[in-house]
Amino acid sequence: MVMTTHEEKMRTVRFRVAAAPHIVVNPDICRNQCTVHACVYVCPANLFVPLDDGGILFNYEQCFECGTCYIACNQEGAIRWAYPDGGYGVTFRES
Amino acid sequence: MTTHPANQQFDVIIAGAGPAGSAAALLTARAGLKVLLLERGEYPGAKNVSGAVFYGSAILNELIPGWWEQAPVERHICRRNIAFMSPATAVALDFRCAGPGYATAPYNGFTVLRPKFDRWLAAQAEAAGAFVLTSAVVDDVLREKGRIAGVRVRREQGDIYGKVVIACDGVNSFLAKKAGLQREFHPHELSLGVKEVIGLDPAVIEDRFHLTGNDGIAFEYLGAITEDVHGGAFLYTNRDSLSLGLIGQISSLVERRKRPYELLERFKAHPAVAPLVRGGKLREYSAHLIPESGWAMKPKLYTDGMLVAGDAAGFCLAAGLYLEGMNYAMQSGLAAAETAILACQKGNFSARTLAVYQKHLKQRHVSTDFRAYRHAPSFVNGPRLQNLYPEIVAQGMEQIFRVDGAPKRKILPLAYRMVRQSSIKPGQLLRDVYQVARTYLW
Repeated sequence: MVMTTHEEKMRTVRFRVAAAPHIVVNPDICRNQCTVHACVYVCPANLFVPLDDGGILFNYEQCFECGTCYIACNQEGAIRWAYPDGGYGVTFRES
Repeated sequence: MTTHPANQQFDVIIAGAGPAGSAAALLTARAGLKVLLLERGEYPGAKNVSGAVFYGSAILNELIPGWWEQAPVERHICRRNIAFMSPATAVALDFRCAGPGYATAPYNGFTVLRPKFDRWLAAQAEAAGAFVLTSAVVDDVLREKGRIAGVRVRREQGDIYGKVVIACDGVNSFLAKKAGLQREFHPHELSLGVKEVIGLDPAVIEDRFHLTGNDGIAFEYLGAITEDVHGGAFLYTNRDSLSLGLIGQISSLVERRKRPYELLERFKAHPAVAPLVRGGKLREYSAHLIPESGWAMKPKLYTDGMLVAGDAAGFCLAAGLYLEGMNYAMQSGLAAAETAILACQKGNFSARTLAVYQKHLKQRHVSTDFRAYRHAPSFVNGPRLQNLYPEIVAQGMEQIFRVDGAPKRKILPLAYRMVRQSSIKPGQLLRDVYQVARTYLW
């Protein structure tokens, strides 16, 4: 199939999930200081979930390690990120 | 210089086994230096994404004559198509060249799949004598007496020392930042690319795109295809798949609140694109950042004991007609290698010695190209050239070709009316015409 849902897209990508998250979101900043929540829209893996209380829930497991969230976020300190441990994270096979 | 255990001491340490890092490793290893090439992925290329057309065939041919005979290449590009799009219309410039250099060796460009190509290139560096260490994240630089003297790898006994460190660690280069050579980026300086590799039978690809044998085509799309997000889209033919992607500037994705993968779906559904991808099957979805601002986001390129190359140095030329990164990555990696070889011969690794990197970048036409197109990114990647004008051209052609019983209008009054109806001011239009001319003509 050519036309695919986001879930179908993500199922084609291989991840070796590390035990510890490489990206940490501080939901207090998202809740109290940020009204834009850019991460929710721009993340190509759709990993940022807005919560009812205005906070953000982040899943690191299916991260492309692209850095878009970090660049898009206009709140100092809300997103802290490093690369996952060597050999972990996304492993592209075709791209 | 302080001495360290022999197994932790190298002449050259290269962070990142993409085209910049592997080219640098290949050249320095061939010069007889002790070289360590570090890669954080499970294998070189595991973290890497491009469109991908590799326009550096002639460059690589100098290093490995006839390289395409042994490398995992897809198709050589001898057709290019640049299309201006409105929601229902496409107007295209179609280029085909069967002449020397395009359809014959050394070929102008090849489509490649990065996890395969990058892995092959790193293996060439390894065969030349470089030590390749995968699954190794470089977290920081090591300093000694005010100069950079090595890298800190995230593992037991991860401090590794080298006379020269070459940072080829990509668009998000942590090393260039840790060394104080690069600043933080703004969302308008970078674009996000989302991409799909779509499987399709080679016979269907040849028929559908009018290709013979291993010929390939590169389509690039401008206009309403990204809706109101600044960016564009592409479709490239591989041997038995298509690489299709959409590029959007981060700041405008944020402002318009657009999800990149939803734009990608609508791009595939465009009436000019849907018949090209029909019957295909998604093989892999991917995403990567593109340092589109080029010269404007260039870091300080060297310091005592360290050089920066490839995407880490912002060497990606995104200037409308040109969308090239791997060739400049390779050229800058080679320029860094030449610099490191010279420094090793002299036994001097100060910034003053490494400054010769600038000369090598010039000789390899990297800095000259980026200087020549230094005004292009902010202008070409802006809203009018990427979105508005292409859409007006597409709509204009739709009006010119329409036969509906109404009197025929000549092109100038038609164009005048279309510009009047758009948000463009005549003065702005004249300035843009001048800018386009200044960018591409002289």
